[in-house]
Amino acid sequence: MTTMIKHHLTPDLMMAYSTGTLSEAFNLIVATHLSICDTCRAEVESYDALGGSVLETQDKVTLSDGCLARVFGLIDAGPAPEPAPIRDAVLPAPLTDYVGGTLDDVKWRPVGLGVKQAILPTSRDASARLLYIPAGAAMPDHGHRGMELTLVLKGAFEDEGGRFARGDIEIATEDTDHMPIADISEDCICLAVTNAPLRFKGLLPRLAQPFLKI
Amino acid sequence: MALEASEPVAGWVDQMTRIRDQQDQAAFVELFQHFAPRVKGFLMRSGLEAALAEECVQEAMATVWHKAHLFDPSRASVATWVFTIARNKKIDALRRQRRPEPEELTWGPESEPDQADVLVLQEETQHLGAALATLPAKQRELIEKAYFGDLTHSEIAEQTGLPLGTIKSRIRLALERLRHSMKQK
Ligand SMILES: [Zn+2]
Ligand SMILES: [Zn+2]
Repeated sequence: MTTMIKHHLTPDLMMAYSTGTLSEAFNLIVATHLSICDTCRAEVESYDALGGSVLETQDKVTLSDGCLARVFGLIDAGPAPEPAPIRDAVLPAPLTDYVGGTLDDVKWRPVGLGVKQAILPTSRDASARLLYIPAGAAMPDHGHRGMELTLVLKGAFEDEGGRFARGDIEIATEDTDHMPIADISEDCICLAVTNAPLRFKGLLPRLAQPFLKI
Repeated sequence: MALEASEPVAGWVDQMTRIRDQQDQAAFVELFQHFAPRVKGFLMRSGLEAALAEECVQEAMATVWHKAHLFDPSRASVATWVFTIARNKKIDALRRQRRPEPEELTWGPESEPDQADVLVLQEETQHLGAALATLPAKQRELIEKAYFGDLTHSEIAEQTGLPLGTIKSRIRLALERLRHSMKQK
């Protein structure tokens, strides 16, 4: 199932995920891609292995006297309760966690031309949204002021960067201009994450931009 | 030094198994004495002050116990696994953010990772640690900087030319077997 994925994460993103320096929205899209891509998961776990080796080479720092006893106290208190993971054919576990349910529970808001979005609750240094693009519809032509990652969850789209289907991730930067168009055969659902507002070419999307928080 | 003379060749997998299967407190104390002071050092170098670092150490070590059943020795060494738990506590403490994790892949109740796979992965991780320990101090510091949040992969690759994701083919193999065993359930 994962061998069909053609567009992957970059080493920079994978290592930053492993070292823990990404913002929450970017962590979310990386974790979602890793849930369906074993190629990248293996690479991230390889950076984790390097982190384990770095940990092994650290100097020991003396702990306070009651440290071990307090750990046994925490052990006796039991683990923090975690809700059972929700399974969904389209949304991998990190997303059902943020949606708080399955695809049917997503609260879509129309953004024009049949496209819908749902903003996910993350820290404000970057934003994450689910996008619903009807079959054959196009996203407005736009550029980027920062980094935008788009991960396909259902259907496919095509733009200047190629064709993207389930599991594929498109990485757009300041140098990228694109107009993604969904395949005619199926509605397309994506997770999009960005750390800066987009730059729209057309007047109408520009006027709507502040209201849509894109 | 990456490895101590007293460290068992199996690299703490034996202790983890005893914690998981028998809730063995003695095995846990051995693990704690080795890792907890290093985790504290790691967290303090990442920017946590001592009291907060120790709070994170305590939570991380308790999580090692509570999640012992999720540890997969065909994909990670115990040091790697402790690192990932400590890193998540660090994100929690420093940035007050949740840390989304990939969907868990776990062996079914009857199946267990192949012992040969476990040995090879643990050996490769030890080689990785030994290789890191013998790097010139400057190169090792660059890699450490990435884990303390100061450098990116491209910056390290540019300055050292080192291949960093060295054991991914081994982990890939373990993931394939795991996916295969999940399908058979
Ligand atoms: Zn990938
Ligand atoms: Zn874009």
